[in-house]
Amino acid sequence: MMQASARRSSELSLLILALILGVGALALVVLARDADILATAAPLMVTLIAAYAAAHIGIRKLAPSSDHLLLPLTALLNGLGLAAVYRLDPSDYGPTQVTWTVVGVVVFIATLVVVRDYRVLARYKYILGFTGILLLLLPATPLGTEINGARLWLRVGSFSFQPGELAKICLVIFFAAYLAERKELLAFASRRIWRIHFPDIKHFGPLLVMWILSLAVMFFEKDLGSSLLFFSIFLVMLYIATARIAYMLVGLLVFAAGAYVGYVTFSHVQLRVAVWLDVFNPKLISDEGYQLAQSLFALATGGLFGTGLGQGRPDLIPAAHTDFVFAVIGEELGLLGTAAVVVCFMFLVGRGLRIALGARSDFGQLLAAGLIVSFGVQTIIILAGVIRLLPLTGITLPFMSYGGSSLLSNFVLMALLARVSHQNASEPDPALTGEILIGGRR
Amino acid sequence: MQAQIRRVAWGLVAAFLIVFAQLNYVQIFAAEDIASNDSNIRSLLAEYAIKRGDIETLDFETVARSRKTQDRFQYLRAYPGGELYGHITGYYSLIYGSDRIESTYSEQLLGESGVISMQDIQDSFLSSGERGDDVRLTVHSQLQQVAAEALGGQEGSVVALDPSSGEVRAMYSNPTYDPGPLSTHDTEKIRAYRQSLQPNSPDSPLLSKATSRSFPPGSTFKVVTTAAALESGRFTPTSSFPDPEALDLPLTDNTLTNFTNTSCTGTGSIDLFTALVQSCDTTFAILGLRLPEELRRTAGALGFNEPLPFDVGTAASTFPDVPDDQEPLRAFAGIGQGDVAATPLQMALVAATVANGGQVPRPQLVREVRDASGSVIEQQRSAPLGRAFSAATAQELTRMMTSVVAEGTGTAAQIDGVEVAGKTGTAQTVEGAAPHAWFICFAPASNPRIAVAVLVENGGELGSEATGGAVAAPVAKAVIEADRRIRQW
Repeated sequence: MMQASARRSSELSLLILALILGVGALALVVLARDADILATAAPLMVTLIAAYAAAHIGIRKLAPSSDHLLLPLTALLNGLGLAAVYRLDPSDYGPTQVTWTVVGVVVFIATLVVVRDYRVLARYKYILGFTGILLLLLPATPLGTEINGARLWLRVGSFSFQPGELAKICLVIFFAAYLAERKELLAFASRRIWRIHFPDIKHFGPLLVMWILSLAVMFFEKDLGSSLLFFSIFLVMLYIATARIAYMLVGLLVFAAGAYVGYVTFSHVQLRVAVWLDVFNPKLISDEGYQLAQSLFALATGGLFGTGLGQGRPDLIPAAHTDFVFAVIGEELGLLGTAAVVVCFMFLVGRGLRIALGARSDFGQLLAAGLIVSFGVQTIIILAGVIRLLPLTGITLPFMSYGGSSLLSNFVLMALLARVSHQNASEPDPALTGEILIGGRR
Repeated sequence: MQAQIRRVAWGLVAAFLIVFAQLNYVQIFAAEDIASNDSNIRSLLAEYAIKRGDIETLDFETVARSRKTQDRFQYLRAYPGGELYGHITGYYSLIYGSDRIESTYSEQLLGESGVISMQDIQDSFLSSGERGDDVRLTVHSQLQQVAAEALGGQEGSVVALDPSSGEVRAMYSNPTYDPGPLSTHDTEKIRAYRQSLQPNSPDSPLLSKATSRSFPPGSTFKVVTTAAALESGRFTPTSSFPDPEALDLPLTDNTLTNFTNTSCTGTGSIDLFTALVQSCDTTFAILGLRLPEELRRTAGALGFNEPLPFDVGTAASTFPDVPDDQEPLRAFAGIGQGDVAATPLQMALVAATVANGGQVPRPQLVREVRDASGSVIEQQRSAPLGRAFSAATAQELTRMMTSVVAEGTGTAAQIDGVEVAGKTGTAQTVEGAAPHAWFICFAPASNPRIAVAVLVENGGELGSEATGGAVAAPVAKAVIEADRRIRQW
């Protein structure tokens, strides 16, 4: 195990490298577009560097033993995303995204300050679970706004917020605590239906609640992607807790049934599927399929090396700055750029799962695993949509897409992972000391 | 739980690998296929972001230029030359691509050819300010103007070229069109204008009849027949031919009569010289029957049966290979009827070849390509297409054609102080339609400076009363006079 100080200096050098890449990308964008805007871009670069310096100092003070790759990988993805967003809109989205990054870092540090011991979170599981459900369903109420056919937004004045992003974290905490408490009960099969053993229905409650919830998301908010995301987070956590692959299979079947009903019910979902299957159909390509087709054109035009930052035409993709920011990278940095981004996400997911493996309690393991799985699955769903592996759904690419709610939630997520990771390294292993820690056993 | 977390990890890795595989497919393996989809307008946008070079006349009048705009296509193509140059410049359209010089010189106009200059290096660093090269035509603006005016409202074509270099000095075809509306950025407007031009009709104004459509050349083709006869060594200008009122055609009971329905001289015989001056059909029908191979060879050497090499697309002129069992058709071929068809450009080239001593000049429309600073980076100098007949034959033909204008069917082309050599043609078309009036000529006969072909379709203003001498010759005369005035010869 690395010493805390060694981890931090390693983090610092990697962070510097990541920021050089991020700021360098930003500088290239500025030069390619119009060298005169350098004066307005320079403060943004300085702000970005300062924000991550603050995050680094925050970690040194608050979680010195935490994983040293979380922050540099975050900075790299964030920096590349920022360059892409800035490239699309240097006057509005670009500066706003920097502001959100600063707010995100503040929230990151604040989370580390508030959550000194992640196990405390388990105590608030019902409050958090309830909050999560509320946040998730809020857009379905009259407060919600429909954007691009999906009702995922809350609009208060000119300010819009995607509460689903934060709901995700609340629900992961709830399930981690709930499952840590009852995993034996859930794993113990008291009933047998055909060849599958099921636990008592009262322990199965959360599964049903979750299933209903994700269907509600699909029906009222018309978004298959978020629905899939929530359901898969829960199934994976259930599997980790109980080791019963059968639950996962049953869950998937149930989800598939729900998805089919959604497909039959909503023309919006049918169109998404039709576009996915046949995007280059002349009937679809200029209307419903336009966005996905433009995304594929961007990626294909990028080829292996890309056109170079600021040299392509990713502005042709509608909403490129949110869901399709990956296609912007694909056009201007080519397969080399997209592969690098995919590898960064893979590394982050890998680090997250390592943290989960190292957690000293069931709750810690489930929490870290749930958080990083939600992060990873969300990434895979949107990437798969943009490159036409799955029907397109409107969820954001973590740390890269434009948008405050997404950025803030993912900073909270990273802070929680850093907290778990810090406690893994700084606390004595109960197996070695024989001490039993609050919140569960190994 | 650790075992489950490890399995989940492998599951996620697998998902990321599938994403990576699909990325390889989209960005590498299927990339060309995907990117070449018509709905991907990236290459179009990149092209429109370049300031395309000007197209200008020999006397530096700009006929096509690009102007900066505020829309997403950064430059708009404008055509100060308008309809007058429509068939030369062609258009540059978002929907229909490009045509004519805009098409064949696209690389140069976009600045993608030639040597890399310091400007190019600067451009590659700052992606703005790219500028293409200018194309200078061989066409003289004043002569082009005169050609159009002389033709007036009549449908037809005028082609004037320098017989020694093959440079086209004027090339006009009526009806014509304005490339401007086809080159706007308003797709609705583009479609509507193109539709108004009846794009699928063979008579569409989009088509330059000077180069892209062939017509029966009628008696102007007798110049070619005479050339073949003299080249064969079996005939001279004084060779005597029978002069019947009607020529019996082999294999049938049909006869071929002269234009006037009488014999040409009334003496029972006629020499070749007089036959050409008077445009005696029976004489050339006899030659067509007797010299099918020689005639086909001469026509081929002049450019028939293949599209002429040119700076813009051309249709092939045709001279048929008549099988023995259809022998009568050879008689019609000898007088430029039947299956013989020629573009006005081809007939101008026939006149130019006689003027050029038998060497067929390679016709060209572009003088040079110049970069933004004005220095010439590409010069068009091409070798002649070959020799069609000897200098001696050319000399005899010149003598005969001079007499056509001096005392034959082409007197309307006479110019004070200038010896014009020419040949008229009045070509039968379909039953009941007025004939096409032709005139091909060059001047001055002794030291040719300009060769002209004029076609007035369906008789023009005179309709069925038209002859080449009455309708087409005055147009050619106006062009020669204008060239003489412009170049002061």
